[in-house]
Amino acid sequence: MDFNDSPDEAAFRAEAREWLEANAPTREELEGLDEVEAAKLWQKRKYNAGWACIRWPEEYGGRGANPIEQVIWNQEEGRFATPGSVFAIGQGMAAPTLMAWASEEHKRKHLPPLASGEHIWCQLFSEPAGGSDLAALRTRAEKDGDEWVINGQKIWTSGAHYSDYGIIVLRTDPTVPKHKGLSYFFLDMKSPGVEIRPIKQISGGANFNEVFFNDVRVPDDQRLGAVGQGWQVALTTLMNERMAIGGGGVGGAGFRQVFDLAGKVEIDGEPAIRDRNVRAKLATWYAQETGLKYNGYRALSALSRGDTPGPENSIGKLVAASKAQDMASFAMDLLELSGAISDPAYAEAHGMYQATFMGAPGGRIAGGSDEIMLNILSERVLGLPQDVRVDKGIPFNEVPTGR
Amino acid sequence: MNFEFSDEQNLLREQALGFLREACPMSAVRAILDDDDRPYDEELWRKIAELGWTAAVIPEAHGGLGLSYLELSVIAEELGRAVAPVPFSSSVYLATEALLMAGSEAQKEKWLPRLATGDAIGAFALGEGPGQPRAGNLETVASSGALTGVKIPVADGDIADFAVVVARSDAGDGASLHLAELDGVSRESVGTLDPTRSHARFAFADDAAEPLGADGEGWTATQRLLDRAAVLFAWEQVGGANAALEMAKEYALGRYAFGRPIASYQAIKHKLAHAYVNNTLARANCYYGAWALDTDADELPVAAATARVSATQAYYYASKENIQTHGGMGFTWEFDCQFHYRRAKLLSVNIGSEATWQDRLISGIERDRSAA
Repeated sequence: MDFNDSPDEAAFRAEAREWLEANAPTREELEGLDEVEAAKLWQKRKYNAGWACIRWPEEYGGRGANPIEQVIWNQEEGRFATPGSVFAIGQGMAAPTLMAWASEEHKRKHLPPLASGEHIWCQLFSEPAGGSDLAALRTRAEKDGDEWVINGQKIWTSGAHYSDYGIIVLRTDPTVPKHKGLSYFFLDMKSPGVEIRPIKQISGGANFNEVFFNDVRVPDDQRLGAVGQGWQVALTTLMNERMAIGGGGVGGAGFRQVFDLAGKVEIDGEPAIRDRNVRAKLATWYAQETGLKYNGYRALSALSRGDTPGPENSIGKLVAASKAQDMASFAMDLLELSGAISDPAYAEAHGMYQATFMGAPGGRIAGGSDEIMLNILSERVLGLPQDVRVDKGIPFNEVPTGR
Repeated sequence: MNFEFSDEQNLLREQALGFLREACPMSAVRAILDDDDRPYDEELWRKIAELGWTAAVIPEAHGGLGLSYLELSVIAEELGRAVAPVPFSSSVYLATEALLMAGSEAQKEKWLPRLATGDAIGAFALGEGPGQPRAGNLETVASSGALTGVKIPVADGDIADFAVVVARSDAGDGASLHLAELDGVSRESVGTLDPTRSHARFAFADDAAEPLGADGEGWTATQRLLDRAAVLFAWEQVGGANAALEMAKEYALGRYAFGRPIASYQAIKHKLAHAYVNNTLARANCYYGAWALDTDADELPVAAATARVSATQAYYYASKENIQTHGGMGFTWEFDCQFHYRRAKLLSVNIGSEATWQDRLISGIERDRSAA
């Protein structure tokens, strides 16, 4: 055990830091760019210099770095305010699924544009009738020659409106039990018959969408895994999802921000940080933050390339989402009457705490709700039995449905 | 960077686990609970010493094995898992550490070889009554090589051969450390919520003691000692927390209600998943703490407090929810749930409460900030 760098690691860190210091985008460069434009600018720059998706093999656009180098890169890039990634789903979830299941030809064609930021991918899994019970999805695909014809609706699709491709799970056989009748594809989001409608969230934003499919045709060649094997392929994606979003990224109200805030505002005429209750809460959050960080390092370093991350990675999102919600709420309490202000002109930190507070409920639901994460941990890590499932073994088209 | 124990350290863990399963089953812990005349498991203590665990971090020149604090962390976690009824934390994490930190060559020569073989047991005497000890509120004083004052509770004080005593001083930081041999000192056993670990009350009345380290540096030394011990206490707590979770899980799998195992109900599953999350994060913090302890890194105060806070919270949660998962049976004397519940709270107050360590954590971050 050694939390210090070896000489090779120190050299790698120095190289990464030097490059980042010279190349991290400046505020002026990003001025006037929207989220996607800013992210693409940064991703392309990293790609050209060999710093994109560094753990991927070189032939797919990476640099064949080891997991520890990934930890180092994340630490170093984290020191800079770089554009948020619209590539998290494509690079963190679609790409590992392609690496595990796609043909060599598809990998060589689709992975490099993912690494360079030229293509953005989205994930079309959830449906109005299939969220936490994902395998209950109904959007169907019917074989027609060398193609499949898709009809139905997906929902909660982050970034569908700016995505080039999507990964999708579809029902190809409704006459068998639900997990057995699914198949997995990827498709061009500009295909005829794809209709995208934004969903306005309580946070005011509209990052995700409803996506409708009307006779959308997808080549059989874009199927990943065998017909009926879709659930197994989807698990590859979901395990990587937990890894990709496990480290947090659910909002800006972290320990550092709230600690600084507690040094500025007062309770009973003293800095709030002198208050025992404030210190106790901050200490607990700090311990959660570092616990997640070191646990994440360990999970990453335990991975040899190509491995599927295990279900234990469900911890990250579970803890980080609630923590962000609680910390934002606590920060607003520290602000007392001003805690209500979200107007960036007057609000503390330009309204970051209020924005985190309003965004946090989504963090606790997206990518598997708190309750699903706890089920995964208890069933797949602790080995406790599944709940009673009344749809078990029943052909999908005979399972009772509600509204 | 490398975030794992080495193969050798993992082998040591397997050996420790296997040994303690044989030598320290729950029935052995219960035997101490039920027998007021046995303050600790002497047989287990002797075997632990034979394995060299008490000698682990003592330098070879003083009869020790000269192993690292990573090995000691592994041992601590397994002792915690077993709820071992032995004075290991007092003698090894506190008394031995105090000698290594502040002892003169003569003191080391006298005590370290005997601590290494387990022939001597050391204790650490800080508290004097309700509330948080501070340099300013200590009443025990040293004068002309003799101590006067009351120390309570002193973990393992009734079975110890000597104690490291924190006394008030007019010099420097307001305190000094003393090494007191306990023959002839007035002491009595004090019942605590965990009878598997004995405690004492010392009433020093002009009893001989020699200074350990410089006068007026005792409070600083105490803080450093507590930081170092906190990492090892945290490993014991994490070991206990995982054992409590395991116990709850086994019971829930075997207990049926309404026609199915209670482990299949989400109310139980989510409770145990929360314990798993707490334990996992605490363990991750303990890794970092062990590294900081072993390398004597500048990060030690914050790393130790972080490990301590998360391990204290994790063990408390796992131990109380273990009882809850067992239902009424968990509340009976006959069941073993009580051992973790007792030990969790004992360990959490032994070297300072959760709130005290939360405060230390934030103070450490404040110090790092103002130094930066």
